[in-house]
Amino acid sequence: MSSSFVRLLSSLCFAAGLAVSASRAETTLLNVSYDVTREFYKEYNPAFIAHWKETGGETVTVNQSHGGSSKQVRAVIDGLQADVVTMNGIPDVDQLAKINLIPANWATRLPNGSVPYTSTILFVVRKGNPKGIKDWSDLAKPGVSVVIPNPKTSGNGRYSYLAAWGYALRQPGGDETKARDFVKKIFANVPVLDTGGRGATTTFGQRGIGDVLLTFENEVALAIKELGSDAVEAVVPSASVLAENPVVWVDKVVNKKGTTKLAKAYLDYLYSPAGQELAARHGFRPTDPAILAKHADRFPPIALFSVPEVFGSWAAAQKTHFSDGGIFDQIYATK
Amino acid sequence: MSFVRAQRSVLPGFGLSLGFTLTYLSLIVLIPLSAAFIKTAGMSWADFMTAVASPRVMASYRLSFFASLAAGLVNSFFGLIVAWVLVRYSFPGKRVVDALVDLPFALPTAVAGIALTAIYSKNGWVGQYLEPHGIKIAFTEIGVFMALTFIGLPFVVRTLQPVLSELEPEIEEASATLGANRWQTITRVILPELLPPLITGFALSFARALGEYGSVVFISGNMPMRTEITPLLIITKLEQYDYHGATAIAVVMLVASFSMLLVINLLQKWSRRYYQV
Repeated sequence: MSSSFVRLLSSLCFAAGLAVSASRAETTLLNVSYDVTREFYKEYNPAFIAHWKETGGETVTVNQSHGGSSKQVRAVIDGLQADVVTMNGIPDVDQLAKINLIPANWATRLPNGSVPYTSTILFVVRKGNPKGIKDWSDLAKPGVSVVIPNPKTSGNGRYSYLAAWGYALRQPGGDETKARDFVKKIFANVPVLDTGGRGATTTFGQRGIGDVLLTFENEVALAIKELGSDAVEAVVPSASVLAENPVVWVDKVVNKKGTTKLAKAYLDYLYSPAGQELAARHGFRPTDPAILAKHADRFPPIALFSVPEVFGSWAAAQKTHFSDGGIFDQIYATK
Repeated sequence: MSFVRAQRSVLPGFGLSLGFTLTYLSLIVLIPLSAAFIKTAGMSWADFMTAVASPRVMASYRLSFFASLAAGLVNSFFGLIVAWVLVRYSFPGKRVVDALVDLPFALPTAVAGIALTAIYSKNGWVGQYLEPHGIKIAFTEIGVFMALTFIGLPFVVRTLQPVLSELEPEIEEASATLGANRWQTITRVILPELLPPLITGFALSFARALGEYGSVVFISGNMPMRTEITPLLIITKLEQYDYHGATAIAVVMLVASFSMLLVINLLQKWSRRYYQV
């Protein structure tokens, strides 16, 4: 009985879905993205639609969906019909390859490993920097309170953790043991582990908790705008992690919907000077060196190391650090 | 809870309505829940045990269970007083107070969580006076307890109210004329009548608190081993695409909640029988 009910229910849902899609005759594209790209894509989509029409394409509508990155990817895995997925972490996109929604070699299909723009982790401190926080080593000092979202539930926290680890490893005489000790000291200074980046910003700003907030470069400007430049300021550490924002079209979906060309063009346009310019304006580091140079005042020079450089591969970093019983869990278990 | 009797009931339609009940329960409750069991069935026993019995998960069971229990008990006590006042006395603004009780039902839980955090954090209305005295509420176990108390209150009040209004003041008068003092009237006459709905209200409030997520994650601070509730760990596992681990914890919670509710139901039945002989 139960399986026939499930079948009945799913066919009903399917019919409802068809009815909704049939009512929209024009071509639509769904971009499933993470939280903080909302403002960027709101400007990018009209620019792309105009570009697509100019180059002889039909009128298209681009819909955006935003939310926590892994929640968004789970929705796509569970059947959300996303034509393109634009994320802030390679592991999230790898999940789509795991269930064959996209081929395993997805990163080779677009320039620069399918990453049109990048970001990094910077610090936001209270005005005047009363605790004198200049670099990662200051975060591990006793008496400094550090706000980082949970590395297990947010890309933001994951990158912050990996950046701290990478920093310690790259110090003279740095090794795994020292890095572990260093990261443990930093997390001993973390009073609250919010589940996402925006929550951490609220904790730091509205609740007045912590001396320093770790967040993405593109969030720093937003945080300062939101909290007021008379309340907080940005600090650029000596080195940090390269946060790659991969973009991908979802083969299974575009093949079915017949939007392959459109989806590809949508992502290609991100690499164009116009797309790169928009990304830069929203705080993402463009991968086009010319555009990056043009916005040098926005993007201070900083030694960036990528996750595969330091940890071998994303899969290895995930497994060693964030799996159950991994190093992050051990840090808390032995506290 | 009634059992199928051998003789036919005077009410017609038993077969049809029972069939409908079972179908409805299956559709709404059992099918979604069975999905959790089916998903975990694919796990080996060792995997299942590491997923549900790691120190971090065990710590979250402890917090979820004890904070919910405490919230349920506190709600039972104060909910009884609130219900009593709302039924037995009339005062200006009574309707408003009555409506206020339902607010935790209607409010999105995330709103409740954010509001509570704003009030109890160190620069909040209440928090700024407590923190200098070393009392921390937001981002501690106490914060979790506060959020769970907040969401559970209406369950106790709303289960007690109808029973209390059925309980006529004449019974108390009769007890007084028979020579009982006020204390005896309360403990011997009123409380026994209220015990079954009080247990139900406690059970509902407790069960609701066990599964609560939205309001707690904002105020708990989510520190591993200290202030992580079990539903948060389920979400954490999902965020890591660990569907099996997430459902494994869900199954443990389901089984635990179901057995506790069953025990409480039996307890309630027993208490009713005991006092109504």
